[in-house]
Amino acid sequence: MDRNRTLIARSPFGRFGTAAIVAVPTLFLGYFFVYPVVAITARGLTPEGVFTPSVFIDVVSSASLQGVAAFTLWQAVLSTLLTLLMGLPAAWVFARFSFPGRRLLRAATLVPFVLPTLVVGTAFLTLVGPKGVSGVDLTGTLSIILIAHVFYNYAIVVRGVGAYWERIDPALEDAARSLGASRWRTFTTVTLPLLRPAIASTSALVFLFSFTSFGVVLLLGDISHSTIEVEIWRQTTAYLRLDIASTLAVLQLIGVGAILAMYGHYQRRTAIQIAHNTKPPPRPTTASDRLAVGVVLSGTALLLGLPLIVLVGRSFIDPDSSIGLANYANLLSLPNQSAAFVQPSEAILNSLGFAVVATAVAVLIGVLASAALSYSRRRVARSFDLFVMLPLGTSAVTIGFGFLVALGWPIDLRTSLVLIPIAHALVAIPFVVRTASPSMGSVQHHLREAAATLGARPTVAWWTIDLRLVARSILVGAAFAFAISMGEFGATSFITRPDSPTIPIAIFRLLGRPGSSPFGAAVAMSVLLMGITGIAVFVIDSLRAPQAGDL
Amino acid sequence: MNAWTIRFAFGFLAIVSLAAGCSASPDENKVVLLTHESFALSEGTLDEFTQQTGIEITVQVSGDAGTMVNQAILTKDNPIADVLYGVDNTFLSRALDADIFAPYTATGIEDVNPLLRIDGEAVTPIDFGDVCVNYDIEALTMLDTPPPTSLEDLVDPLYKDLLVVEDPATSSPGLAFLMATIATYPDGAEYDWKSYWRDLFDNGTVVATDWSEAYYTRFTRSGGSQPLVVSYASSPSAEVLFGDLTEAPTGVMANGCFKQIEYVGVLRGTERESNAQQLIDFLLSVPVQEDIPLNMFVYPANSTATLPQVFADHTTFPDAVVMEPGTIEANRERWIKEWTEIARS
Repeated sequence: MDRNRTLIARSPFGRFGTAAIVAVPTLFLGYFFVYPVVAITARGLTPEGVFTPSVFIDVVSSASLQGVAAFTLWQAVLSTLLTLLMGLPAAWVFARFSFPGRRLLRAATLVPFVLPTLVVGTAFLTLVGPKGVSGVDLTGTLSIILIAHVFYNYAIVVRGVGAYWERIDPALEDAARSLGASRWRTFTTVTLPLLRPAIASTSALVFLFSFTSFGVVLLLGDISHSTIEVEIWRQTTAYLRLDIASTLAVLQLIGVGAILAMYGHYQRRTAIQIAHNTKPPPRPTTASDRLAVGVVLSGTALLLGLPLIVLVGRSFIDPDSSIGLANYANLLSLPNQSAAFVQPSEAILNSLGFAVVATAVAVLIGVLASAALSYSRRRVARSFDLFVMLPLGTSAVTIGFGFLVALGWPIDLRTSLVLIPIAHALVAIPFVVRTASPSMGSVQHHLREAAATLGARPTVAWWTIDLRLVARSILVGAAFAFAISMGEFGATSFITRPDSPTIPIAIFRLLGRPGSSPFGAAVAMSVLLMGITGIAVFVIDSLRAPQAGDL
Repeated sequence: MNAWTIRFAFGFLAIVSLAAGCSASPDENKVVLLTHESFALSEGTLDEFTQQTGIEITVQVSGDAGTMVNQAILTKDNPIADVLYGVDNTFLSRALDADIFAPYTATGIEDVNPLLRIDGEAVTPIDFGDVCVNYDIEALTMLDTPPPTSLEDLVDPLYKDLLVVEDPATSSPGLAFLMATIATYPDGAEYDWKSYWRDLFDNGTVVATDWSEAYYTRFTRSGGSQPLVVSYASSPSAEVLFGDLTEAPTGVMANGCFKQIEYVGVLRGTERESNAQQLIDFLLSVPVQEDIPLNMFVYPANSTATLPQVFADHTTFPDAVVMEPGTIEANRERWIKEWTEIARS
């Protein structure tokens, strides 16, 4: 293979077209991310109109904040490694074998992603709390934080790497095996190098999610555990110290940027072009395959399933401790008792509406950004890649407050409802890019060139070949975008908006009132959120790319 | 390709113009109310105002009270609303220092308990709540332990491992309870609040991040291990109301409570000052004030408003500590930091 061609794919859009494809995501992120973040941090760093370096020096030299920074990094590295360790075997099983319930299970892995931390927290405490059924009390420890991060981020690895893995022709592995390589050797010398772009992509996402972890650290960790994200929030809302918060936000961005840059340096950005496998995977036939599939699936069921089962079970325990549907009935009757509660239908419709818009925006911008990444020069691509990822490493407080100080011009968007799906999209775009761009880079050009030879215009060839081949990866990204929007709470709560409660906000309001009915109803609402998300992801997954016969 | 560019440019423009359609345009017959996530009034209550005055109310929701005050300060040169509802006494001074309110004396202010009012006419008290230690009656009976009656009791070995409090850095009832202890054991006293908290922690006090975590995971009522929790004096009424009960399952320790007072004010720089003033009068009027308790679980500031029966039956009115907003502002950061150091050691 010509080495140059593995590094830079030729753009089918011509120079001008490529520039335009870079421009749209750049403008979007420039206006809705860079501009607000710069505006708010500039404001925070110059409290009296001038920059006061003393605050900066105080923050950098504070021993407790250094401790927070060290812990933030340490737990994020551990969480990423653990999630990879647990997620890769499951990615393999989902990519390489078919078994009954495979699609349903794969959709279900995204369910934890949307659940509010407090609700998950109660399930965790039932299992590993002071009176936990396991007999082990992990309350307030690093272990429970790590377990929760794996619980939340598992799907990123399983689905992100899995979608890519499925695309790798098993014939490559079979060839190595038939030449006498052991399973392990085949995995390390053939499969792993091929998977590297996808593993690199997804682990960066897991790392950023853990690095900016907020609810998990606040609720499951004790008072001695704090991340930079938590500290920014604390400085803002408890002390009203925007100067310190902004300093921390800048340091967090620099840290995230440096880590991503280092990461990009070690990772070969462009994927190796591979023949795309479009055949569905076989059932496990050998005894060892069956055993492996069984072990991995039971592990997944234990990790993701147990807390979810606890929640579903809890939702059927009525306020008077008998078993029944009272919690679901209360969902409907509580809003009549007090306006503090939200009608479930209203919350569901709001959530679905925001999620559809957020997904559309994230897919549009994300696919363009992926195309831009695949077809621009390497150095440009690397910095662009970093730029697209940054919103995920930025604190929700910074983005929310940034909208408020920046978006008054040219149209006053500061209190517009549209900021909610846009904030959700900012978090979701990196997911679309990370799932779509490795696949996009791996499309073999001779396919498109063949189409061109047959008379197709380059863009038409791209549309019919590249986009269709990577459509499944884009759908994986779309499912993530949808789930992110459905479960998003943090960024939404820092946006000033007309009252339009989403499901997570409805749950938050239920959990803000004493009484056995509101708590039960909150659990019931969480189960509804799980169900709706599971179904939506299943539907998105089912929008299959054209199958084997097409190409 | 050009066609692509154009298509996407149109898409982008469509989004922006859609957004513009949703955003506020200056209009004589409207008024914008900025409030926090816990704001709620019965359906139709605000429509009453529109019927009386012809002015439409738009409610803008922010996050918690701290976030909201920050946002109001950040936008003070170009306010995003006309009226701010829900700045409380722990954050009030910061808002006053930033000079975000235009002075106004509300019609009906004479019906407000002078204890709730502050000097000057920047803001109007609108509601209040008392943060107190609550106890689970059944759990204490099973332990054969009498309910605690004072802050002093809580450091008694009799109550070892029984109390859960909220972190004052992340929770407003947590901050309120810290201030109740500071008012009782002031800075500079021989036995000050720091000594008190060291004793509390030695006695096994647990810290939760926020009220929901404390009440719904730590409190014995929800299957936790602590029968004493920092909550509100109105919580037993809510337990009755939302548990379909006749007797309150929890009680309130009437000593060591802190009064949280919420205020409304006209935001300086509004182009609809008269509308904003009319809205404040309306919010302080009896119908709205009587609608507040069952929706926000706080008490009306207007003393002529009648309390709902469930509140009248199950609420204790403790002798709560009232602290000067200025004192709070001057010390809040230091108090929380010193508290955090004690809690972490």
